Amino acid sequence: MSATVADTHAEHEHHGPVAGWRRWLYATNHKDIGTMYLILSLIMFFVGGVMALIIRTELFSPGLQFVNPAFFNQMTTMHALIMVFGAVMPAFVGLANWMVPLMIGAPDMALPRMNNWSFWILPVAFAMLASTLFMPGGAPASGWTMYPPLVLQTGDAFPFLIFSVHLLGISSIMGAINIIVTIVNMRAPDMSLLKMPMFVWTWLITAYLLLAVMPVLAGAVTMLLTDQFFGTSFFLAAGGGDPVMFQHIFWFFGHPEVYIMILPAFGVVSEIIPTFSRKPLFGHDSMVYAASSIAFLSFIVWAHHMFTTGMPLTGQLFFMFATMLIAVPTGVKVFNWTATMWRGAMSFETPMLFALAFLFLFTIGGFSGLMLAIVPADIQYHDSYFVVAHFHYVLVPGSVFAVMAAVYYWMPKWTGHYYDERMGKLHFWLSTIFVNVTFFPMHFLGLAGMPRRIPDYSTQFADFNSIASIGAIGFGLSQLLFAYNVIQCVRKKGSTATDAVWDQPQGLEWTVPSPAPYHTFETPPTSSVKTTFS
Amino acid sequence: MRDTKQPKNDDSKSLAGRLVFLAVAMFGFGFLLVPIYDAFCEITGLGGKTNSIAATEVATEVEQDREINLEFVTTVNQYAPWEFHSQVKEMTVHPGGMYEAIFIARNLTDEVKIAQAVPSVAPQIAAKHFRKLECFCFTSQEFAPGEEKEMPVRFIVDSDLPDYIDTITLSYTFFDTARITDNSAVEHGTSHVTR
Amino acid sequence: MIRKLCLAALVLLGSTGANADWALNMPKGVTTLSAETYAIHMMVFWWCVAIAVIVFGVMIYSLIRHRKAAGAVPAKFSHSMTAEIIWTTIPIVILLIMTVPSAELLIKLEDSRDPDITVVTTAYQWRWHYAYQGEDVEFFSSLSRTSAAARRKGSGIDPETVDNYLLDVDRPLVVPKGAKVRFLLTSNDVVHAWWVPELSIKKDAIPGFMNETWFKAEVAGVYRGQCAELCGMDHGYMPIVVEVVEPEAYQAWLVNEKDRVAQVAVADGEIR
Repeated sequence: MSATVADTHAEHEHHGPVAGWRRWLYATNHKDIGTMYLILSLIMFFVGGVMALIIRTELFSPGLQFVNPAFFNQMTTMHALIMVFGAVMPAFVGLANWMVPLMIGAPDMALPRMNNWSFWILPVAFAMLASTLFMPGGAPASGWTMYPPLVLQTGDAFPFLIFSVHLLGISSIMGAINIIVTIVNMRAPDMSLLKMPMFVWTWLITAYLLLAVMPVLAGAVTMLLTDQFFGTSFFLAAGGGDPVMFQHIFWFFGHPEVYIMILPAFGVVSEIIPTFSRKPLFGHDSMVYAASSIAFLSFIVWAHHMFTTGMPLTGQLFFMFATMLIAVPTGVKVFNWTATMWRGAMSFETPMLFALAFLFLFTIGGFSGLMLAIVPADIQYHDSYFVVAHFHYVLVPGSVFAVMAAVYYWMPKWTGHYYDERMGKLHFWLSTIFVNVTFFPMHFLGLAGMPRRIPDYSTQFADFNSIASIGAIGFGLSQLLFAYNVIQCVRKKGSTATDAVWDQPQGLEWTVPSPAPYHTFETPPTSSVKTTFS
Repeated sequence: MRDTKQPKNDDSKSLAGRLVFLAVAMFGFGFLLVPIYDAFCEITGLGGKTNSIAATEVATEVEQDREINLEFVTTVNQYAPWEFHSQVKEMTVHPGGMYEAIFIARNLTDEVKIAQAVPSVAPQIAAKHFRKLECFCFTSQEFAPGEEKEMPVRFIVDSDLPDYIDTITLSYTFFDTARITDNSAVEHGTSHVTR
Repeated sequence: MIRKLCLAALVLLGSTGANADWALNMPKGVTTLSAETYAIHMMVFWWCVAIAVIVFGVMIYSLIRHRKAAGAVPAKFSHSMTAEIIWTTIPIVILLIMTVPSAELLIKLEDSRDPDITVVTTAYQWRWHYAYQGEDVEFFSSLSRTSAAARRKGSGIDPETVDNYLLDVDRPLVVPKGAKVRFLLTSNDVVHAWWVPELSIKKDAIPGFMNETWFKAEVAGVYRGQCAELCGMDHGYMPIVVEVVEPEAYQAWLVNEKDRVAQVAVADGEIR
């Protein structure tokens, strides 16, 4: 990454990155910070993955073989916290850091120093969270949902759990502010809001969601903290509080949170499908409206996570209708992607394969989501493995596949080298097969009556659990291929990438050289208007 | 470049400032949800919650020809050392009429204990129609060692109770308030269970 | 295709599984409303299948026909108001069709009037306590001894040899067939949830609050379930067993239980 482009940056005298650790610790360059986010995310993906494998290994057959129930609960809790806050969210923030400035023709993020802080808080938060594994009483074991009064039975780990959630929240909020300011203020002169690429659009909406709900989560866990240590009774019935109120506040955060994890994935897929269909995105504006309505609706459906807590009939009906309504804009997105592919000229490189798997498997997760919206049926599905199957379908072949698609799609631009296409495809097929082997049987388990978050189960659930465990181990091992592909690409082992990388892709990011120089768009691009495919 | 960038920096700072304000406001909103939720519960009876301060007595007509079966359920939370039960298991009430029910609790220890009773009504929809004029649950109750107390609750069931409700369950859970701050592990099995 | 492969693999594995109990779907259940819940579940499922066939069909057709390798030339269209309106309207109509029966069933589920018996259920970490309202019968229901012995790590007992491993209790809840049983749920400590799939009932037990639900079992039998809300270390070890018996057998059981309570009281008196 030598500085061939003249550096006229007002704040930096040097031309390229400083050498050594200072480059990373004091990083303000959006590409460096994006890279660090992505690396952290990959590490956390493997840490959370190991926890998932501990869970699946224990569940391979009935009877308790490897861990005790308390540790099992710690694993389910930590797996969720790490995957949600450590793997999926930082991956998308990393992608935003790398790609948003490149896609809107900005020289960097608007607030580079804050960008540095928002990244470096994360390793501290995760170190704090991981340290609880070695504390008396162990790591938090009350599920990532942290429902009181159970969470108040957490041992010494309790304040560390709360503070790490606070830190993760602060990091996300700072990241969100940075992304909003960058998108609003730093677009190329002729890029109007509706001309922005879909990835930028979905991230703008996501950033507002983050800003709206992360503080609410911070508030909720602060109340837990004061209930535990300072004699308040927000959630304690004895003092006039209500444990169910925590669930309301948590899901007021939690439901937008699931869209925080999927909207940027929608954005990624909306970039990739047009490129490999060689046809512009169908219904760009309606996609924007669909994403916005999903974001809006996500604020009024939270109680569908709580139908069994006892709710007035009118409440149940309202939350059922509102939840089902989300299927409409989500459907619009799926139909628009299909229409984008329709009469295109598709080729199936690895990013496209992952995007297509996303399209199929996310839709399956959407179907089970629709089923879960129907209250009478939800009463049966709730807290069973059916729910586990549902949210893993939207999160793994949904969000995680979108991240992988994005990495394969943009990595040649980042490193200047292509990944090994054969290895990419191998990684894709193994992942896709194993993800289904892992999560599809969970639908059956849930319907047959297996509750979630149990370390051991009745013998009638044995067969599907064994299949799921085999799938999980297969999926976990397949991801080593992903790491290998990324490392090979970073080591510049692949063939040299052209500036366009793909066959006439749209967007400003493809107008800069491959690899993208350390500083890009120091003078705003003259024209950001997308050229139509010829 | 510099010319176009300078004003943008100021824009960025002011926009960032507004966004920080939004985040802080949302943090406050999280806490605001607490009174909103309480008000919502009070109005809808969500959670089967009844009024927490004495309702004012309003003269209403007693519906002599409508009978509601009122059941009492008592629970002691976390094996707290009380014997706690209602004097009668159930009673028949007419909407609009004022009634009194007696609950009896006995401290099973040799120490002074403070209890807080938490009421809850099922079905939830009945909660807002169950108005307590006087209740031992409005304040916490102090028990001398071994003391037994008779504690009254006076109440009216509103005559606008929906027609389809014929049974109301009034539940009281006895909490040892000392435990609110002391969340030490539950004493499994070793303590006595009183119901 | 991927899913077909998976299903094929499942079928293959299934045919080899010796003692396989392949429950693929929700049980129809044994109460008046469980069959309706099942029907709603199947209705939504088939709607999803129908939509999936159409949407995936179009996608797969496109994947085959509109490949660059097959010589496809990309079209240039990028929007169509008509299409957007159609695929916004049709899902709304389908959703409305689904909501009507769901709302009807929901209203029935909430109707707990005129119960024949009321059971106050209190959840403890980690067992259930049942009290029959108006009768002097109450007891704890905990994981059966055989399961409790086998569940320990390194117990050396093969779960396959234990009857109803983890789904058996020392004292089951007994209710009469055809009676409307009203359930009042609360908790002694943390939030639990009472779930028996065959009865189509799941309700949270929340400390300090009284939750209400009901069921009316039409078929005598033994039905098993588990705590469904994470409630700590032994969340997986607090099963529920409901014995639905003929009304006469229930009366006999009740008398027997009351005798036992009396005997215990006498025994207690002697100790004091």
